[in-house]
Amino acid sequence: MTPLLTMRGIVKEFPGVRALDGVDLDVDAGEVHCLLGQNGAGKSTLIKVIAGAHRPDAGEVVLDGTPVSFGSPQAADGAGIATIHQELDLVPALSVAENVMLGHEPSRWGFTRPSDAEALTRALLLRLGHPEIPPRREVGRLSAAGQQVVSMARALARDARLIVMDEPSAVLDPEEVRNLFRVIRELTAEGVAVVYISHRLDEIREVGDRVTVLKDGRTVARDLPARTTPTAEVIRLMTGRSIEYVFPERAAADPAADVVLEVDGLARAGEFAGVSFTVRAGEVVGLAGLVGSGRSEILETVYGARRATAGTVRVRGAALRTGSVPAAVRAGMGLCPEERKSQGLLLHEPVYRNVSLPALARFARAGFMRQDAEIAAAGGVTAQLDVRPADGTRAVRTLSGGNQQKVVLARWLLRGCTVLLLDEPTRGVDVGARSEIYALVRRLAAEGVAVVLVSSEVPEVLGLADRVLVVREGRVVHEAPACDLDEARVLDLVMEGTAHV
Amino acid sequence: MSDHSAAPGVTGTAPGAAPPASAPPASSPPPAVPATDERGRIEKAARAAEPRGSTLGRLLDSGVGRNLGLVAVLVLLCVVGVATADTFATTSNLLTILTSASIIGVITVGVTFVIIGGGIDLSVGKVMALASVWATTVATQSFGPVVMVFCALAVGAGAGLVNGLLIAYGRIVPFIVTLAMLISAQGLAERISGRRSQIVTDPTIAAIATTRLLGIPLLVYIFAAVVAVGWVLLNRTTFGRRTFAIGGNPEAARLAGLDVRRHTIALYVLSGLCCGIAAIMIASLTTTGSSTHGTLYELDAIAAVIIGGTLLTGGRGTLIGSILGVLVFTTITNLFVLNNLETEIQNIAKGVIIVIAVLIQTRARRSSSG
Repeated sequence: MTPLLTMRGIVKEFPGVRALDGVDLDVDAGEVHCLLGQNGAGKSTLIKVIAGAHRPDAGEVVLDGTPVSFGSPQAADGAGIATIHQELDLVPALSVAENVMLGHEPSRWGFTRPSDAEALTRALLLRLGHPEIPPRREVGRLSAAGQQVVSMARALARDARLIVMDEPSAVLDPEEVRNLFRVIRELTAEGVAVVYISHRLDEIREVGDRVTVLKDGRTVARDLPARTTPTAEVIRLMTGRSIEYVFPERAAADPAADVVLEVDGLARAGEFAGVSFTVRAGEVVGLAGLVGSGRSEILETVYGARRATAGTVRVRGAALRTGSVPAAVRAGMGLCPEERKSQGLLLHEPVYRNVSLPALARFARAGFMRQDAEIAAAGGVTAQLDVRPADGTRAVRTLSGGNQQKVVLARWLLRGCTVLLLDEPTRGVDVGARSEIYALVRRLAAEGVAVVLVSSEVPEVLGLADRVLVVREGRVVHEAPACDLDEARVLDLVMEGTAHV
Repeated sequence: MSDHSAAPGVTGTAPGAAPPASAPPASSPPPAVPATDERGRIEKAARAAEPRGSTLGRLLDSGVGRNLGLVAVLVLLCVVGVATADTFATTSNLLTILTSASIIGVITVGVTFVIIGGGIDLSVGKVMALASVWATTVATQSFGPVVMVFCALAVGAGAGLVNGLLIAYGRIVPFIVTLAMLISAQGLAERISGRRSQIVTDPTIAAIATTRLLGIPLLVYIFAAVVAVGWVLLNRTTFGRRTFAIGGNPEAARLAGLDVRRHTIALYVLSGLCCGIAAIMIASLTTTGSSTHGTLYELDAIAAVIIGGTLLTGGRGTLIGSILGVLVFTTITNLFVLNNLETEIQNIAKGVIIVIAVLIQTRARRSSSG
């Protein structure tokens, strides 16, 4: 039987990064094909190639025996490929039927025919086992699970033969996941192929047929039976990435150093609960967890950017007012947020103004800025971090990702902080700047700063942190010194914690 | 306004990496270059790094250049004025232009701050009307001119405070809050005045509009003073810096530790204060307090801010541009009056100018940021 989709030697390069370096993938009609790999392994890029959002630089895509080259998502859509993204791309203000038919509304003489659309939608929802969803209901008022069903109905309305699902279970509760699996089984029974991406190995075992594992943009294993491949084997394949970053030497954290940050019983309804940990001066504590595990939410709540529903945060023994960033900053905290551009930077402002932002008062006398002092001080810090180009009056948006990240770090270096919270500090950062950022984090720790690091990249957490907390589904499920853990163990804990590898 | 972030030294145990908290420029980290040299070097580098693009685009994109464009428009309008009306270039006519620009100009200063800070204030015209009415009731006037001025400022600032609180803590979008304020301020002004114009009987207040210093009306001095204070506040203080920051990226400003909500409130209070000042000016000029004052001033002010090159989305803009925008509009009005043209055509011309100005700015920005 010829596979429905065959991909051979797919290569996709971005400036400075080879995201895909020869990926092979075969998907048969009627199967659930699972795609596994760590963050940065190339899964998202591969999906985008399948969906026509990226054009591969090399390699061959064969659909149903015919070589294809999708220049646009519309072309892939026309060929019967649908993608259900993590962030659902529905229009919340439109009805279920309008969303399902979006772009393909049944019409006559240019007038849409809502009754036809509703009838078609009702039939599709019935086929998906969700006759209870009213076609006229506004999509924004449906639950996450309901919205996912609508996305699937939309895929079916286009006669999709291949549906790519990117971590569909991340937003669902167990009951809804069971329902999703039932729908997937019905679809595959009708010959639809599903490419299923998830970090939850138990799901893959339950619903999947075959597994392809990606690492460093390459296929490292294909045709693994989803049900019988041992977890330890899967994790072994995913780990040991070849791109090794140089992690700086670290001195053992002083166990007698003062506790600087104490988090006690911190909780936020619906996000995480019962989070307690302490960080000593000079210690780097890593929070490892999947996207959606609650790790970034924990960090932002510690910082006061989200209001805790329970628990306290203390810096040097003094409790912080909850939900107040200014209070946290006054107490000596600094945060490098997850989304550098939307949460960190004033993109149109010059570098020096981005650096001095939390320390403006220091460069002011009676409210009047002393700009010379400001530029000189900001320039001093950015020079220390080797921000390039060195011109501090350039708009931040003209800098590369790595240099932008250094600008955010420079901000807290200039202000000076006792607790530094880093959320994905190396996302979108090139290899060179990564090593520099690692060295900086260790140097700050050596100088007595307490650092909390959130990262999706397990090697990064293990390489930088003294102690690791593993977060899964809003809870800290494990805490251990980094030296007692290895990549496979952390990955297992992050995903399900059953393999005991 | 300077206490948003901690005083230096509160975070005391900072790592050696950070420069000493209160270090004067000369002793701050590595480049121990005298500050002036440093700035010269940076400015030189900045010039070298000027965005490429068409000469026109480059010129228009620089802050000064964008203002130069407006100056050119103003000069052009003056040339037209001289050519079409004998009386245009007379001192008395130029002072008339400045005087009629003064009231809307003061309001535009406040609106510029609000828009750069990422908001919008539709209520300015009617808040001014309300302040003018409140300050000219028989009861208020009986307390004398100082109380009248204080009353106008308090009413303006109070309305701004309500706007700010609803926006910052009520989380309602500025457009809706200030639209509601526009409507209710109008209603309140009508209620207090009983829809009648209240005559200003206080001689001191009435004298403001008629007083001249060195031949220039006091109103123009007030206008100039508000602009000067506003310029310094926007460009030379932490308050101005924070305004640009929260307008440019409120989330980044918040996560950098700025108190975004408190600053937002301050911006609307500032706008309200400007309305209070303008209320005294208009009460003096017309010798009345009336609920009909300031109709559509909000649109004139916003239009001036926009053609002055300020982004309606916040974060970028200049006060001088806004003031030039006011002068352009006032000069157009003056030209039409001198030439006995209908006001309908004048409004059409204003609309066209807004569109052309924004088109040019957008093109300039695109060609330079490519």
